[in-house]
Amino acid sequence: MAVEFEPMIGRYFMLEVSGKSYRIYMEEAGRGIPLLCLHTAGSDARQFRHILADADITSRFRVMAFDLPWHGKSNPPKDFRNEDYKLTVHGYKAIINAVCSALELESPVVMGCSMGGRIVCHLALENPAYFRAMIALEGADKLEPYYNLDWLYRPDVHGGDVQAAFVSSQVAPTSPDEYRWETLWHYMQGGPGIFKGDLHFYWLDGDFDDRSPQIDTAACPIYLMSGEYDCSCTPEHTLATAQRIKGAKTTIMDGMGHFPMSENPALFKTYLMPVLDEIATIT
Amino acid sequence: MIEEIQRRVNADQALQHRGRWVNLTFVFGIGDDDYLITISAGKITNIRQRHLPTDTGSFSIRASKDSWDKHWQVTPPRDYHDIFAMLPKQIARIDGELLPLMQNLQYFKDIIAKLRDGKGDENGG
Repeated sequence: MAVEFEPMIGRYFMLEVSGKSYRIYMEEAGRGIPLLCLHTAGSDARQFRHILADADITSRFRVMAFDLPWHGKSNPPKDFRNEDYKLTVHGYKAIINAVCSALELESPVVMGCSMGGRIVCHLALENPAYFRAMIALEGADKLEPYYNLDWLYRPDVHGGDVQAAFVSSQVAPTSPDEYRWETLWHYMQGGPGIFKGDLHFYWLDGDFDDRSPQIDTAACPIYLMSGEYDCSCTPEHTLATAQRIKGAKTTIMDGMGHFPMSENPALFKTYLMPVLDEIATIT
Repeated sequence: MIEEIQRRVNADQALQHRGRWVNLTFVFGIGDDDYLITISAGKITNIRQRHLPTDTGSFSIRASKDSWDKHWQVTPPRDYHDIFAMLPKQIARIDGELLPLMQNLQYFKDIIAKLRDGKGDENGG
């Protein structure tokens, strides 16, 4: 009996960013409007497997999801052993812009989650004319740390275990157990210090509440979508961000946590489809 | 009611296995009442109410009775669904030597969530 392959294709390409060379892994499926997906801190693009496999989406959108350098199957730079990984606003924007350029994307939609949901607003502020729309999942312009990042990277605490245990608090209790633990498995597999380095951007370097009012949502529509049970980027954080971004459209997803696309894909689809339908009509 | 944690944890072989490196006593606070929970190789060997200030544990996890009751609902309300969702909202408090807690964080969240009608073992608290 022949196997039934899933529809996404995974490939590697070389990416030059700020004088460094990275071997990047990406998956894609579908044709149409480019939809670039950005994974959460400390995880990888496997989070988007249900979007990549959904014919209702890939019939209209070219869905692409890549692993950031240092994450998943993308490599760190060749001299990584001499560097402590730390993501910054500048570095994160440079990577996404380089990917868009390398793939020659025209008017892409970018959908990012968590730190990905934060960076899309930075990108919309910087270059609204280029992007068709932004979907910020669990993204806010101002956040506060609620635990010490040093717990994530020290020899006497298992990084994978503690990372999964921390973020399990951000999954809705009603999400299917299978997908809760698949989401947590990705966290158990991150490289040493990578989640901590990502949270430098997410918690310490990524605030832009002072610039949010400057985002031109007429040029680049912004959709903010956050889960009821997200205790990191809470509904309150998202609603406060929406107050500052004039014209942003906000959805609070009942029964959802911090990882909508991977923790409860069926429920997420009910929230996402109306947004994608609207984005598809943008000319 | 607190004693029920012992019965449920000790009946769960997989949870005990995940906690097989845990050998300590910690303080679990429900309102004004502190309880000392002693664990040996992942098995709860004793739960007793604390009466003396010198009788203590490695670390403490405390919240009000009302908060724990919400935490133990089958579908807990947001902010009460996990100890690490309760902490940033100052609904729960932790203190003491946190290293053994962090080394076994999911285990400790799961044993406390065991009072969630028996479903606390695999849902992450």
